[in-house]
Amino acid sequence: MNTISTGAVARAVQEAHESEWAFVLAATARVAADLDLAEDCVQDAYAKALVHWQEQGIPRRPGAWLTTVATRRALELRRRAAVSERKLPLLMPDPMDDAEVAAGVFPDDRLRLVFTCCHPALAQEAQIALTLRLVCGLSSAEIAKAFLVKETAMQARITRAKHKISQTGIAYRIPRLTDLPERIDVVLDVVHLVYTAGHTAADGDGLTRPDLARRGLDLARMVRLLLPDSGEATALLALLLLTQSRQSARVDGAGQLVLMEDQDRTVWDRSLIAEGLELVHEALARPAGRFGLMAAIAAVHAEAERWEDTDWAEILGLYDLLLARWPSPVVALNRVVALSYVEGPEAGLVALQPLADNPALSTYPYLASTRAELLRRTGRDAEARAAYEEALAFTSNAVEAAYLARKIQ
Amino acid sequence: MGKYLVMIYDDESAWAAADPSAAELNHKRHQAFAEANGSALRGGARLAESNTATSIRSDGNGGFLVTDGTFAETKEVIGGYYVIEAADLDEALTIAKQVPSPMGGVEVRPIIGM
Repeated sequence: MNTISTGAVARAVQEAHESEWAFVLAATARVAADLDLAEDCVQDAYAKALVHWQEQGIPRRPGAWLTTVATRRALELRRRAAVSERKLPLLMPDPMDDAEVAAGVFPDDRLRLVFTCCHPALAQEAQIALTLRLVCGLSSAEIAKAFLVKETAMQARITRAKHKISQTGIAYRIPRLTDLPERIDVVLDVVHLVYTAGHTAADGDGLTRPDLARRGLDLARMVRLLLPDSGEATALLALLLLTQSRQSARVDGAGQLVLMEDQDRTVWDRSLIAEGLELVHEALARPAGRFGLMAAIAAVHAEAERWEDTDWAEILGLYDLLLARWPSPVVALNRVVALSYVEGPEAGLVALQPLADNPALSTYPYLASTRAELLRRTGRDAEARAAYEEALAFTSNAVEAAYLARKIQ
Repeated sequence: MGKYLVMIYDDESAWAAADPSAAELNHKRHQAFAEANGSALRGGARLAESNTATSIRSDGNGGFLVTDGTFAETKEVIGGYYVIEAADLDEALTIAKQVPSPMGGVEVRPIIGM
């Protein structure tokens, strides 16, 4: 069986890491009854795979192979700990028994894992870090790099979160039906934040951020698969697909930012749009929540063949609904933009005025750049230039800064 | 199963300013809470006002510094507590949400090794 190349084995292990990690860890966590122990056992199983698959061939179901190896080790270590009377903190009351592990049939525990990582008793930044580490299988170093934090700080954040889970008795289970809508919202927020952190690109490092956006998309796909009855989970995936479809049009050949108005719509990814639109229609068969409305807005943009064809009245109506449900200053600002295309830039400037006094937006570069655009459209070029300069002072994104600098010239 | 301490944090000045009927109503609500959650309750009490508190800090040399007042100066102070038993944090939080605390809120902490 030594005909398999080392490269092929490494690729198969890598592939299994990307597609099976969450399933393997979720099943192992139930057996291990401890997140740290589970993680160690899963990492050990992937290391063993590199050796065993070389010798014995790549298994037909790599996920099942890895889960069997990891859960057996978890059982063995738990038994050893019991013999030496070292107490392991118990993650949940119903670990699988030996017979179930021996049978090699594992239930899909990924939802338990996701809900545990996104428990509302954990701080949001801890929820995000834990999800990337335990559900996506990223290392602390990778997560630290993506969020521009020191690796030791990220490691400490993850350790603290795991400690809180075991010490406070956060259960490894799917929440009760009455808590479910609220708990799903927490999960979807985390997935959305992972994606948006990757989407708003370019802090100088061109590699780590797109990877984060891809992880966000993967998570959204997984959550939608695991929660098929949640309209909001479907809507979030639709929103991310439609946003991602415009990705390659956002920056031109010279690396300059291109606003949606000027984007070459022929490079929008049609297959992502088709998939996204279908999901939007599915999601909107139910009453729309926050992500349903955001996805609907993205769909209106996706359906316009040219910027001039955009149905701004429809978009404004959707922003009105979104603002009623989710009254954030950023949503209010986006609504002003929609309004300016329905009633004109003067009306936009009037509607913008009350937002300028909102302290939450005082250093938000998009407030100044929106005002600048509206002033430019009314022909007040000198005032527009001053507003662009203000926006430039607040932006930390190199590509966006270059765009604003061009506008000032 | 684990035990949890539910600490009730209240703004005492808000209570002082409130109508006496508010305290009466609060008392009735605590009785109702205790009746509804009797099987999970392991203890609890109302505390005397925070101006009766005495804090003791170790001076690091085997001695003590005894001062008048609560340990931390905050607007909300502990006015009472419950000890509850619950299967996990979610169950504990469900019970804790029912604890009447109209002038503040509650903090839930697991009790170690009981």
